[in-house]
Amino acid sequence: MIAVLVRDLRLAVRAGGGFGLGLAFFLIVVVLVPFGIGPDTDTLRPVAPGILWVAALLAALLSLDRIFALDHEDGSLPLIATAPLPGEGLALAKALAHWLTTGLPLSLAAPVLGVLLNLAPGGYLWLFVSLIAGTPALSVIGTFGAALTVGLRRGGLLMSLLVLPLYVPTLIFGAEVTRRGAEGAAVATPLMLLVAITLLSLAALPFATAAVLRVNLR
Amino acid sequence: MSIWEYANPKKFTETFGRWVPWVYGIAALCLGTGLIWGFFFTPEAENFGSTVKIIYVHVPSAFVAINAWIMMVVTSLVWLIRRHHVSALAARAAAPVGMTMTIIALATGAIWGQPMWGTWWEWDPRLTSFLILFLFYIGYIALWAAIPDPDTAADLTSILCIVGSVFAVLSRYAVLFWNQGLHQGASLSMDARENVADVYWLPLVISMAGFVALFVALVLQRTITEIRVRRIAALSARLHRAEA
Amino acid sequence: MLGQYATVVLSAWGVSLAALALLVGLSFARARRVKAQLDAIERQRDGG
Repeated sequence: MIAVLVRDLRLAVRAGGGFGLGLAFFLIVVVLVPFGIGPDTDTLRPVAPGILWVAALLAALLSLDRIFALDHEDGSLPLIATAPLPGEGLALAKALAHWLTTGLPLSLAAPVLGVLLNLAPGGYLWLFVSLIAGTPALSVIGTFGAALTVGLRRGGLLMSLLVLPLYVPTLIFGAEVTRRGAEGAAVATPLMLLVAITLLSLAALPFATAAVLRVNLR
Repeated sequence: MSIWEYANPKKFTETFGRWVPWVYGIAALCLGTGLIWGFFFTPEAENFGSTVKIIYVHVPSAFVAINAWIMMVVTSLVWLIRRHHVSALAARAAAPVGMTMTIIALATGAIWGQPMWGTWWEWDPRLTSFLILFLFYIGYIALWAAIPDPDTAADLTSILCIVGSVFAVLSRYAVLFWNQGLHQGASLSMDARENVADVYWLPLVISMAGFVALFVALVLQRTITEIRVRRIAALSARLHRAEA
Repeated sequence: MLGQYATVVLSAWGVSLAALALLVGLSFARARRVKAQLDAIERQRDGG
């Protein structure tokens, strides 16, 4: 049942083109940064981990309102919600679809963009690992935020306001893993905490999301 | 006689409406005593000089800012479980008060920091956590405002409040981790119990009592206002149906 | 009495008290306005 849904979503996104937009946004933001803070390698290198993480986070944020928007627009959301699939399963499926089309590609693209910001050699692996570990949290938190604002006019802006503070712990630990990797220091502690947050989000938020969907579809 | 009697909006308004002026009175008394005592009759501190007197507004506002959110979590849970509208409205009423307290805590913290740290803002773990709390307050209030149906709004904001609390706690520890290595020892300790000597303690406690009483008065008053708003909406709807 | 930190302490207190006064003032104003509205609509219901 979940598999059917995920496949369904993958197809929808491929046709709609939200997939490429997230990556393009990621690229643009990373390119913009040196124009803002100067091209000096010594300026860029220390901030590269943080910039890459923030840019990836914003790119993930961008595609969140699509999670329920298409279904809401064509009226299929209530139908999907009343299907035998439990709300929590729906929430996880939506989050997974979002991650596969946003978080995963961003994680793969990030090391390439790291070159543009002169990321130190040790950082590339840990940038990738931290994004792979952290972006699922971004997707599942984002799904919760998208459910809260589904159907609201200009809900996207409100959703960003609600979701971004929830992203702070993941961002802090993800960037820290990357930074420590770049410096050659031990990454175990922040990495474990990052993974813990992701697992906690995956375990708890689908229930909250399902509750929110039930409220919104009353 | 159980506390749940007051879940009835009419009873709540009748009972607590009479309390409001008294609680405001208590707040004024405590605030007046604590603040005047603290401002005029306590000495300057060794390393802070006269800026130590900022604790009388900074610490109580921070205390209320956090406890307001905790109260909102409790009333949100009561709403979700027992569906008492008064509870949901109390949470809505408390949010702007908590948010204002957070702003006061941030502003006084920053102003205090200027002579101490040399900058208007430091990403000190405590101040940063309050900044994040401020963002949560804004989001909560914005969500209430964005949703037309009151019951839906009550449900969604309650869930947001609870989820937000989990992440607020996570953020607290993440921020501590994030800022550990940078300002050890040099950070301004805002913890009254740790750092405040006896001579400051009593006026501080009285000020805190004043701030708490003010919070209670404001929330009671604002909850009654929200109950009345709800009643106006119900009566208007009924009148329109009668006309039609 | 406040010495060199006079502006600092006074602005901190000033901001705090101003914010509290604003909050209390707005709460009272709204309470008054809503009560008036409620009274009006209850009169309408009872009278009309």
